[in-house]
Amino acid sequence: MDKNLFDKIKNDIVENQVWKAIFRHGYEDTPRNRVLMVTANVFLHLHPAKVRRHGVRMRFTWCMGGLTFFMYLVTVVTGIYLMFYYRPVAEYAYADMKYLEFDMPFGMLMRNMHRWSAHAMIVFVWLHMFRVFLTGSYKPPREFNWIVGVLLLVLTLLLSFTGYLLPWDQLSIWAVTVGSNMARATPLLGNEGPFADFVGANPIYDARAFLFGGGEIGPHTLLRFYILHCIFIPMVASILMAVHFWRIRRDGFSGPSL
Amino acid sequence: MAEAAKEKKLPIDDKVHTWPHLVRLEFLVALFVMVALTLWSITIDAPLEEPANPTRTPNPSKAPWYFLGLQEMLVYFDPWHAGVVLPSLIIVGLMVIPFIDINPKGNGYYCFKERKYEILTFIFGFHILWVVMIIIGTFFRGPGWNLFWPWQRWDPHKVVALTNVDLPYLLGFRDYWISAVFSLIVIGAYFVITIAGFYWWVLRVKGQEFMERWGMVRFTITAVLVALMLSLPAKMFLRLVFNVKYILVTPWINI
Repeated sequence: MDKNLFDKIKNDIVENQVWKAIFRHGYEDTPRNRVLMVTANVFLHLHPAKVRRHGVRMRFTWCMGGLTFFMYLVTVVTGIYLMFYYRPVAEYAYADMKYLEFDMPFGMLMRNMHRWSAHAMIVFVWLHMFRVFLTGSYKPPREFNWIVGVLLLVLTLLLSFTGYLLPWDQLSIWAVTVGSNMARATPLLGNEGPFADFVGANPIYDARAFLFGGGEIGPHTLLRFYILHCIFIPMVASILMAVHFWRIRRDGFSGPSL
Repeated sequence: MAEAAKEKKLPIDDKVHTWPHLVRLEFLVALFVMVALTLWSITIDAPLEEPANPTRTPNPSKAPWYFLGLQEMLVYFDPWHAGVVLPSLIIVGLMVIPFIDINPKGNGYYCFKERKYEILTFIFGFHILWVVMIIIGTFFRGPGWNLFWPWQRWDPHKVVALTNVDLPYLLGFRDYWISAVFSLIVIGAYFVITIAGFYWWVLRVKGQEFMERWGMVRFTITAVLVALMLSLPAKMFLRLVFNVKYILVTPWINI
């Protein structure tokens, strides 16, 4: 192809008002432009403009924090796709799962990716915590970010747990029943827990009933878990993630003192 | 000359630009994981069993795999303890780590020597207790929550003799009040011995000066958490070796 023609077409695309309104700067490799790439981009500016060399290395970070966030993004995207076809109603939920698996384009693939990335997210967040412990990255001034991280770990488990119920099959209701039965044993607040009589907790009015929206697992539980899974916990987790990333950006990547 | 030597020690800037150094790596790793996840998802289908039926309880009923460590703890402690108190303490215990660990070394780099005991404790709590309990709960528990080898057939009619007795009964106490007082003494003694032992151990390993810097509050929180963490293997030992069901039995709580 004629080199000049190619340059001319490229120029016509890049050098006009519309393009320049969207993209403020090109890929020019200058120190200034490298900084602008990060600071002028709302997504990339989660990062600081410069990071310490050792903090970039994979053998230091294991990439686990970033991958946990990446798995979260995968579950968000695939989860939205699933939400188009899934109704959190006891009569329809299971049928919608079958519909999704056999009739929807890429339905099975989206469901598989949603589930496996959710499991991967749990493994990654545990490994991330282990790595942060090994490098002592919770030490001052990063104590609070470790606390936020522990909260995010709990939310990750709760996200996965609430999602477990949604297929509304034998696996899901019994796993959630077993997992939630412990709430029934909460001291004071659970009907089978110690000292429940003093508070007046009973099977339809205790900690587990609050979680289930009733005395037993049922359609009300399905709706409750659906809203927790799709709206409430992701919202809280997103806020905490923003705090988590912001703190890393402010405090810098941990590393040996120079 | 002195000036020049000092200048050499001043921190050199080891920073690199996020673009491209970090963004490039993140992109490549994300791409690789995305490909792996897609291949995995094409190959292995997510499970979907028959429709939910509240009247048919499967045996065994297992919680999601990441909670099986907690379900496995139910073998050794009652639900209020294994399912509520201990998980809450795990969360609180994790959160206080930055405040009870006052060792300034090992911040931002891998090092075992400078923080041997911190790392060993974490590995014990996380890898030995949490992960091993999950593995047992996932692969070694069958119908009736009985132990099965992974290659064994799950026999729902497996007969397991119920030989567990409470600790006071095992030692010959039959009267309720004497048993209860004895049990309380045993539990109290457990905490006194572990906490005193921990105190003695810290003094021996870290010295008086460290203990003063550490302070009573930090010591107490750490000692109680350590004692509670060790109570799980202690109870497992009593159960597996001496068939002890409970240590303390009251109308309200059993431990």
